[in-house]
Amino acid sequence: MKGLPPALITALVLVAGFALCAMQFPNIASTRVVGNLLTDNAFLGIVATGMTFVIISGGIDLSVGSVIGFTTVFVALAIERWGVPPLVAFVAVLALSAAFGAAMGAVIHVFDLPPFIVTLAGMFLARGASFLLSTESVPITAPVYSTVSDFALRMPGGGRLTAVAIIMLVIVIGGALLLHLTRFGANVYALGGSRATASLMGVAVGKMTVKIYMLSSLLAGIAGIVFSFYTSAGYSLSAVGVELDTIAAVVIGGTLLTGGQGSVIGTFLGVLIQGLIQTYINFDGTLSSWWTKIATGVLLFAFIALQQGLVALARRPVRKSAGATS
Amino acid sequence: MENSLDPASTLLEVRGISKSFGAVRALQEVDFTLRAGEIHALLGENGAGKSTLIKVVTGVFPRDAGTVRLGGEEVAPRSAKAALQAGIATVYQEVNLLPNLSVAQNLFLDRQPMRFGIVREGAMRRRAKALLADFGLDIDVAAPLGSYSVAVQHVTAIARAVDLSARVLILDEPTASLDRHEVEVLFGIMRQLAKRGIGIVFVSHFLDQVYEISDRITVLRNGRLVGERETASLSRLELIRMMLGRELAETTSARASATEHKAREICASFEGYGKAGYVAPFNLELRHGEVVGLAGLLGSGRTETARLVFGAERADRGQARVEGASVRLQSPRDGVRHGFGYCPEERKTDGIVAELSVRENIVLALQAKRGLHRPLSRREQDEIARRYVKMLDIRPSDPERPVGLLSGGNQQKVLLARWLATSPRLLVLDEPTRGIDVGAHAEIIRLIRELCDDGLALLVISSELDEIVTYSDRVVVLRDRAHVEELAGEAIDVGNILAAIAADGVSLAREGRA
Repeated sequence: MKGLPPALITALVLVAGFALCAMQFPNIASTRVVGNLLTDNAFLGIVATGMTFVIISGGIDLSVGSVIGFTTVFVALAIERWGVPPLVAFVAVLALSAAFGAAMGAVIHVFDLPPFIVTLAGMFLARGASFLLSTESVPITAPVYSTVSDFALRMPGGGRLTAVAIIMLVIVIGGALLLHLTRFGANVYALGGSRATASLMGVAVGKMTVKIYMLSSLLAGIAGIVFSFYTSAGYSLSAVGVELDTIAAVVIGGTLLTGGQGSVIGTFLGVLIQGLIQTYINFDGTLSSWWTKIATGVLLFAFIALQQGLVALARRPVRKSAGATS
Repeated sequence: MENSLDPASTLLEVRGISKSFGAVRALQEVDFTLRAGEIHALLGENGAGKSTLIKVVTGVFPRDAGTVRLGGEEVAPRSAKAALQAGIATVYQEVNLLPNLSVAQNLFLDRQPMRFGIVREGAMRRRAKALLADFGLDIDVAAPLGSYSVAVQHVTAIARAVDLSARVLILDEPTASLDRHEVEVLFGIMRQLAKRGIGIVFVSHFLDQVYEISDRITVLRNGRLVGERETASLSRLELIRMMLGRELAETTSARASATEHKAREICASFEGYGKAGYVAPFNLELRHGEVVGLAGLLGSGRTETARLVFGAERADRGQARVEGASVRLQSPRDGVRHGFGYCPEERKTDGIVAELSVRENIVLALQAKRGLHRPLSRREQDEIARRYVKMLDIRPSDPERPVGLLSGGNQQKVLLARWLATSPRLLVLDEPTRGIDVGAHAEIIRLIRELCDDGLALLVISSELDEIVTYSDRVVVLRDRAHVEELAGEAIDVGNILAAIAADGVSLAREGRA
C-alpha cells in the first residue's frame, strides 16, 4: 500500500536500533521496558496520529502542544476547583478542542491562509488561554485518576500494558483504518496531492480541511487527558515543543512533509524510535537526556534526505508498460 | 452508457458567446455546434480563442453574452465541477488527476464502492480494471497513477470523465506529449466513444491528426468564428488560409520593391544552426536595416528559432557569427552582450514586470547589461524614459505609472523601449501585435519599419500573414520544426507563404488528388 516502503525503512531502523540497544543492555529486550516505552510515549503516539492526517493532506498543525497543555490545566481545574465530574470534564474539553481545530481548519480554507501561520496563531492562543486559567501546577487527586493509573494488563515477562498505552494503541489502529480504508482517508491523500485537482475531481475541499484539523485537535485533546493521567496534574507549561517532536515522529515515519504520502503505522514506529533513544539514554545513565534531541535531529536529516531521494526517483519518467491492446 | 440520442442530432449548441478580459475582446459572438457521435476539431492559432471558448463553455470563466445548450436545454455551469455534473468533461494537456493516488482511486475518488463505511478496495479495483479494459488498457490499477506514462494518465482521465456520464468530451491538445503508437490508441478510443454517441471536441495543432480523426472542423481567429466545414471537403491549403489569413487580399511586400537588400551588411549569421529535437539545422542571415519574417503554424518552430538566435536555448550544432566574428550563444546574457534583444510572445509572464513603473521597466535591460556596480542615476533613468515615451508615443505619457495599468499595445511599446535603450543591433520580436487593438497594430508595424530604416536588424514572428508580408524584406517559412522556404522580394505574398506552409511532397500530392 502507498507509503509503506518508507515506513518499512522506519521499521528496519527501529528493529536495528532495538537490537543494538539490546546487545549493550540485554535488559532492554523485556516486556517491562517495552511496556514502559508504550506508556511513556502514549500521548505522543496519539497526537502524532492526528498530525499524520494533517501532514499527508499537505498541511501542518503547530498548535497541538499548546492544546495538550490547555487540556491538562482545564481538566485539573474542572475536577479539583470547579467540582465537575471527571467524565463531564473530559467530554467538555474534547468538545472545546475539536471546535478549536474546526475553527482553524475553517480559517485556513475560507481565507486561503497557510496552515503554518493559522496554527501558529492557534498555538499562541491555546497556550495563552491555559496561562489565563492557571499559572501554577494543579495536582489532580480524583480517585478515577489513581484507578486508571493503576490499571494494567499483565504481559508475560512482568511487563505492564497500562490503560494509557491501550488507549494509544486503539487510536493508532483506528487512525490507520480511517486513513487507509475509508473515503475520508482517500480524500486526505487527494488533498495532499493537489488541492485544486482534488476540488476539480469532486472532493469537498473545505469540509475536508475543517474535518482534518478538527481530528488533529481532538486527538491533541485526548493526548492531553492521557498526559494528565500520566502526570496526575495540570500545568500550563506542559508539552511545550511537543508539536515539533510530533512532526519529527511523523517525518521519521516516512510521511512526506509536502503531503500526499505517508502512513499512521510509520508514524507509530517513528514515535517508538524516539522513545527507544530516550530509553537507551536512561539505561546508559551517563549521557545527558538532551542526546535524545541530537539523535532525533540526525535521524530527521537522514529521513528527509531519503525522502528527497525517493521523490527524485519518482520524478524520473519511469514508464511501466502501458499494456495497450486495442 | 445509454444512447438515446440520434447520432446526427445537435448535442452542444453554443450561440453568440462573447468574453472580454479588460479591454481585450477574447471572444466575439462565437457560435459552435457539436453533434452527438462526432469528432469535431476546434482549430486556431495561439490567441485565437480556443482555450477561452472551452473555459467559458465549461464554466471556468463567466461569459459576457451568449447561450450554451446541451441536448436542447440551456446550461450555465459556474465551475468545471458543475459542467462535469451537467455532462461536459474536459481533459487538459496537463492531466488533472492525482499522481500520488492509485489508478483505481483516481477513477473512483469520492464515489468509491462502500460497505459499512469502508471502501471496498477489491470491488473498486475490479471495476477500475473493467473500465480500463474498455479502453484497451490492462494495467495494475493499485499502482500510483504517477508511475505510468502520460498516455496512460490521459486514458485514465478520459475513462473517469466518460464514466461520470459525460455526453460531451473536450480534449485539449491530448496528443502533444504522446508518441505515434499512443496517438493511435487514443484515436481508437475516441472513435469508439463517438460510436457510443458522445460528442468529442478535439483541440490540436497537428493538422495531420485533425485530418485523420475529425469529422468536422471549426476555425477561430482573433476571437471570432472563421467558419465550420466538413473535414472531407476542406483542403489543407484552405484550412491554413482560414487559420492565418485575415482577408484573402493578396498583398505584396511594400518594402520589397523599395529597398535594395543584397548590398546591406550582414549583422548576424547562422550556419547549420540547430538543436536536436528542437529545431532542425538552418541557415539564416540577418542584415542591418532589414526585417526577416518568420511564418508558420503554431508549433512549427518559429519561437524555437527565435530562442536559439537569442541564446535563450543552446544550440548543439552549427556556427553563429556576429558582424563576421564567430560567437557562442549559451545564455540570454550572451545574446544581450552581443547586442541582441528579445521581446517574447508571452509579454505578461515573460516580459513586463506589471508592478514596476514604465521608467523602471524601460531601464531594466540596460541596467542588467551595465551590471549592478554601475547603477544608472535617477537623472539618467528619467532622461531615458522620457526619450522613449516620446519616441514610441507611449500613453499615458507618465513614466511613473505602473506598466500593468497600460493597454496591451502600450505594454508592447514599453518592452520595445526596454531593448532599444540597450542600443541593440538585432531585435527579435515574437508576435509583437498579439492581443493588442487594431489601432495599436498599425502603430507597432510603423515602428518596426522605422527601426529598420535606422539600421537595426529585425527578426519578427507573426501569425498574421498579411502583416508579415507588409513589413518583411525576406520571409522564412517553417513547418514541422524546420525551415522549409525562404521568400524574398516579389515572391513575398500571402499565397506563396500559405503554399509553402501547406505543401510538402506528400500533402501536395494529396491536395492534387483531392
